[in-house]
Amino acid sequence: MAFFLQNVVNALQWGSFYALIALGYSMVYGVLLLFNFAHGDIFMVGAYVGFFVATSLLLLVSYLGLVSLPGWLVLVLVILVAMLITAFVGVAVERIGYRPLRQAPRASAAITGLMIGIIFETGNLALLGATRLSFPELIETTTYTVGGVTLTNKRIMIVVVSLLLMFALHQFVQRTKWGMAMRAMAYDFAVVPLMGVPLNTIAALTFALGSGLAAAAGILFGVAYPVLSPYMGIAVGWKAFVAAILGGRGSILGAALAGFLLGFIEIFVATIFPSTLRDLIAFSIILVILVFRPHGFFGEAHTSRLRL
Amino acid sequence: MTAITSKLSTGKNDLGLLFKKLWAPFSMAPMLGWLVGALVAVLLEYTIGPYVAWTLGLAKIPVLFGVLIMLETPILFPSAVLYVLIIYIVPIAFVAWITTPLANNLAGRLLDLRPWLAVLVHLGLFYAILQLWAEINDYRLLIVRLTLISIMLTLSLNVVNGYMGEFSCSHPGFMALGAYAASVFTLTLFVDDRTFGPPLLPPQLGPLLFPLGLILGGGVAALGAVIIAVPSFRTRGDYLAIISLAFMFIVKSLIENLEFVGGPRGLGSQPDWANLPTVFAWTAICIWITNNFVRSTLGKALNAVRDDEIAADAMTVNTRQTKMVAFLFAAFWAGVAGGLFAHVLRYVNPGSFGLQKLAEILAMLYFGGLNSVVGSIVGAVSFNLVSEALRPLEIMKWIIIPVIFILVMIFRPSGLIAFTEFKVLDWIRPKNRITE
Repeated sequence: MAFFLQNVVNALQWGSFYALIALGYSMVYGVLLLFNFAHGDIFMVGAYVGFFVATSLLLLVSYLGLVSLPGWLVLVLVILVAMLITAFVGVAVERIGYRPLRQAPRASAAITGLMIGIIFETGNLALLGATRLSFPELIETTTYTVGGVTLTNKRIMIVVVSLLLMFALHQFVQRTKWGMAMRAMAYDFAVVPLMGVPLNTIAALTFALGSGLAAAAGILFGVAYPVLSPYMGIAVGWKAFVAAILGGRGSILGAALAGFLLGFIEIFVATIFPSTLRDLIAFSIILVILVFRPHGFFGEAHTSRLRL
Repeated sequence: MTAITSKLSTGKNDLGLLFKKLWAPFSMAPMLGWLVGALVAVLLEYTIGPYVAWTLGLAKIPVLFGVLIMLETPILFPSAVLYVLIIYIVPIAFVAWITTPLANNLAGRLLDLRPWLAVLVHLGLFYAILQLWAEINDYRLLIVRLTLISIMLTLSLNVVNGYMGEFSCSHPGFMALGAYAASVFTLTLFVDDRTFGPPLLPPQLGPLLFPLGLILGGGVAALGAVIIAVPSFRTRGDYLAIISLAFMFIVKSLIENLEFVGGPRGLGSQPDWANLPTVFAWTAICIWITNNFVRSTLGKALNAVRDDEIAADAMTVNTRQTKMVAFLFAAFWAGVAGGLFAHVLRYVNPGSFGLQKLAEILAMLYFGGLNSVVGSIVGAVSFNLVSEALRPLEIMKWIIIPVIFILVMIFRPSGLIAFTEFKVLDWIRPKNRITE
C-alpha cells in the first residue's frame, strides 16, 4: 500500500508538469485551432528565465544584505516574474510566427512553430554554450515520512502550486470578460470576431497565459530536477502535446486530467516494468484509448472540415 | 527549372527585364540541351577541375559549388566564384545555347520515336551527370545518395499529407521498420555477423537479392501502416496526427527494447550495396510510380477524400479503401527509403528515427509544397543542399535554416511549388514546337 501511495505521489509531481504544459497547448488550440509546436521550447525558455531571475534575485538579496528573505518568498517572486517575462516571449512568438499565417493552411503554422522551437534551442546553445546550468537551491529540502510514504516539501509545493495555477486559470476563463471572449472564440473562430471581439488581442492573451503556465512548469521542473539543458523541452513538450489531445481539444479540464493521467501511466509503467519499456507501454495505452475514444476524453466529435 | 525562371521573369521591374534579356538566348533550349551542357561541365570538372582549382589558388575542387569555401575562408570568395563560372555556368550556358537547334531536333525525333525512350535517354544523361559529379569525392557521393533518399521520403509523405490531406507524423517509424527489416535481411543471409552468425546464402548472391530485402523492408513498414490506417477510418486531423505520433514513439521504443537488433546501440556493418546506381534507380522508380499513382483514379480519390470526405463517399469513392491504399503506399516507400538509408550509412540506431527526423521530413515537405511531385523533389533537394552548404556556420546553421523556413511559410504559405502536376513529357519536349 505504501509502495502504491509512494508512486501516486511521484506520479502527481510528474503529471503536474505535463498538465501545466498541456494547458498551454489546449488553450491555443481552443482559440486559434492550431497547435503551438514551439510550446515545449517555451517551457525550456521559462526554465532558463527562471534561472536568471533567481540568480539575479539572489545576488541582489545578498548585495542589499537582506539575508532574512525566506526561500519560499524568493521562489514565489521568481515564479511570478519569470511567468511575466515568458508571457512576453509567447506573445512575441504569436506576433512573429503565427499572426502572419492566420489565413494560411494550418500545417504551415505547424512548421513555423517547429522552426521557432529549433531557433530557441539553437539560440540558447549559441548564447549560453553547452555547459549545463543548474537551478539554484531556493528552498531547503525537508523530508517527511507519513505511513511509509516519503514526502518532501518540494514535492508538495510543486503539486500545490500547479493545482493553484490551474484553479486560477479556470477562474480566469470562467469568471472574467476576457475568459468569456476566449471561450466564445473557441466556440466559433469565424463569427465571434465579427461580433467585436478582438481576435488578435485574444490570441495574444491566450499565448501569454499558456506561456506563463509553461514558465511556471519550467521553474517547478528546475526545482525538482535542477539541471537545465537547451533540449529539455522537446520530450516533455511532445508528451504534453499528446496529453492535450488526449484530454480533448480545447478542453482545459481535459488537458489537466490527461496530463496527470500521462504522469501516472509513465510512473507506474516505470515501476512495474523495466523503465526502458516506459514509452512503449505509455504510448500503446494512448493509442488504444484514442482508437476507442477518437476525440479524447472531453472533446466533441467534430465532423466539420478541417483546415489542414 | 524553366518554369520557375519564366515565372520570375514576368516581373515588371528592371531586374526582371534584365533577367528576361539574359534569358532570351536560352529560352529555346530544351532539357536535352541543358543536360548535355551539364554533362560537359561535369566532364570538365572531372578532367581539368583540379588544375583550374589549383590555378585559382584553391587547395582542391570546391565540393559544393564553392559555397563551403566562401563561408569557411571568405578571402577565397572570388576564386570560388570564378571556379563556378569557369567550370559550371559558362560551359552549361554555352553548350545549351550552341546546341539549341540540334537538341531540339534530336529531342523531337526521340519523342516521336518512342516517348519512353526519350524519357530513358534523359534519365540516363541525368544519371551520368550525377555519377560523374559525385565520383570526385566520397562526401559528394554521400550527400547525393542521402538527398535521393530524402526525395523518396518526402514524396511518399506527400501522398498522405498532401494528396490526402492528413497530418501523419509516423514517417520516421515506417522508415525505421524498413531500415531494420532490410538490415536484418541482408545481415542474416549474406554477412558473417556477430549477432546473426554466418551467412545462410553465398554472399555473391547478395547484390542480386538486395532489392528483395528492400521490398521486404517496405512490406514490413506497410504492415505497420495498417495500425495507423485502421483508426484513420474513424478520425481525422489532429487525432490521427497523435495516433501516428504515438506510433512513431512506439516503433522507436520497441526497437530500443529488442535486444536481437542491438537495442539502443543500433545495428551496424550492413553491406555496401546501396551505391549510387541502386539508390538512383529506386528513386526514379519511386517518382515514376508515385507520379502515376497520384494521377490515377485512385489518386484523384485521395484529393476527393481530402476536400470533402462525406461528399466523396456519396460520389461512390470507397473512402476506406482509399485511405488504406494511401497509407500502405506511403509506408512502403518510406520503408524502402529506410532500407536504403541503413545501407548507405551502414549503421542505424533507433535514435536516428525520432522527432528530429520527423521535423526534417515535415520541413522538406511543406517547404517544397503539398500536392505536388515536383514540390517534394525541390523541397528535399533544396533542404539537403542548404543544410550541407551552411555546414561551416556550425551552430548558426540551425538558426538560419529555421529563419529561411519561417520566411517561406509567411510569404508562400503553401510551399514553393504546390498543387501542380508533374508532366514528364512536358519537361523534355523540344522547345521549337507548340505545346499541345
